[in-house]
Amino acid sequence: MKDNFSVVIFYSNSAAIRAESLTKKENLKIKLIPVPRHLSSDCGICLRFNNEDKSKIEKILQDGKVEYENIYRI
Amino acid sequence: MIYLDNAATSYPKPKEVGKAMLHFLEKVGASPGRSGHRLSIEAGRLLYQTRESLAELFNVTDPLRIIFTLNVTEAINLVLKGLLQPEDQVITSSMEHNSVMRPLRELEKRGVEVKVVPCSPQGDLDPVDIKKSIKKNTKLIVLNHSSNVIGTLLPIAEVGEIARKHSILFLVDAAQTAGCYPLDIRKDNLDLLAFTGHKALFGPTGTGGLVVGERVDIKKLKPLKFGGTGSRSESEEQPDFLPDIYESGTPNIVGLIGLKEGVRFVLKKGIDKIHQYELELTQKLIEGLKEIPGVIVYGEDQVKDRVAVVSFNIKDQLPSEVGLRLDEEYNIMSRVGLHCAPAAHKTIGTFPTGTIRFSLSWFNTFEEVEKTILAVRKIAQRV
Repeated sequence: MKDNFSVVIFYSNSAAIRAESLTKKENLKIKLIPVPRHLSSDCGICLRFNNEDKSKIEKILQDGKVEYENIYRI
Repeated sequence: MIYLDNAATSYPKPKEVGKAMLHFLEKVGASPGRSGHRLSIEAGRLLYQTRESLAELFNVTDPLRIIFTLNVTEAINLVLKGLLQPEDQVITSSMEHNSVMRPLRELEKRGVEVKVVPCSPQGDLDPVDIKKSIKKNTKLIVLNHSSNVIGTLLPIAEVGEIARKHSILFLVDAAQTAGCYPLDIRKDNLDLLAFTGHKALFGPTGTGGLVVGERVDIKKLKPLKFGGTGSRSESEEQPDFLPDIYESGTPNIVGLIGLKEGVRFVLKKGIDKIHQYELELTQKLIEGLKEIPGVIVYGEDQVKDRVAVVSFNIKDQLPSEVGLRLDEEYNIMSRVGLHCAPAAHKTIGTFPTGTIRFSLSWFNTFEEVEKTILAVRKIAQRV
């Protein structure tokens, strides 16, 4: 199961929460989790999603003008 | 008790405000935007919902363009001090509160050119006078949306249009209108909208903020405060993105959650309905006061579109004495004196004595207005 997830890393906590709000409106299965240590030295949170939703997630972020650092598979 | 000091701080608040604050203190409690545990995330969500509610109210597309401050004064200081450089010119009106005037007078000492456009004794501003004052070095126009002394509205949409045409930024101090008069960042042509939470938005004191419009280059608007944001923690430099750039230090999360409920209350009632009701109360109050011999009501002769702030005097009586009698004998809370706006009082001709001010809210009633008129009548008759 673990291999099926990716995370979006944001510049700020507020952006992560905005992304959560926007993706939840589209009924996508997502969760805010602490940023995995190996991805960033920051203390923030990131958005975990199922890999199959990647293009939908990217579109939502783009439409909502939510800036993000990167997307990683975990 | 009749509370008529809502232009200072609204009271009472909708019940939901206190409830949500208590719920947060007892059940959530954590810092937003700092840690990754579920309570912190929940705090962050609630804070974001406050931004979302305000974004809906002011027609802002991206809620993250709304940043929180302690009050409208801090938001105005952020813009004026963060944006204006020596040699820049800033245009304002003669009806401003000291939240605008004092930072401008300080900046004047540092070489900023301050142009104060005079308003009429009724507090009206002619947008043409703003246009005539524009020079090559004009960087900003700053105006209150409504006077905190006499409730007169300034023509912000027209001035905003002028600002756009000349590529000048436009800041509006919405202390007296946010929550009780329609405000739309697009229709009103605003670049920066400073608001406070504790007046018509029904939040607690210690809440306020700034809408940062899309024409504002945040690289040119320096933060007032620098510090921890929970983001980019590896860097010793301030983040360069909204809202973190202007939100250092743990925010007044409890207060902002109260504000969320206040804004939701306004959205639920409907801003037009709130404004219409307050206007009816105000009309009744002004008409009643004007009928009393010896009472002078300031502002427009006719009751027109305005907010629910009314200033008056009684001939040969000091405002402070009238205010004391209203409080002690009639249980009516008013505000007397200069209302932190010496420029406005000079404009309407009531400096340095000031006025007695009644300011109403959604929670006032026609019956209270009637009792108030009767009380003023008795005081005017020296009964």
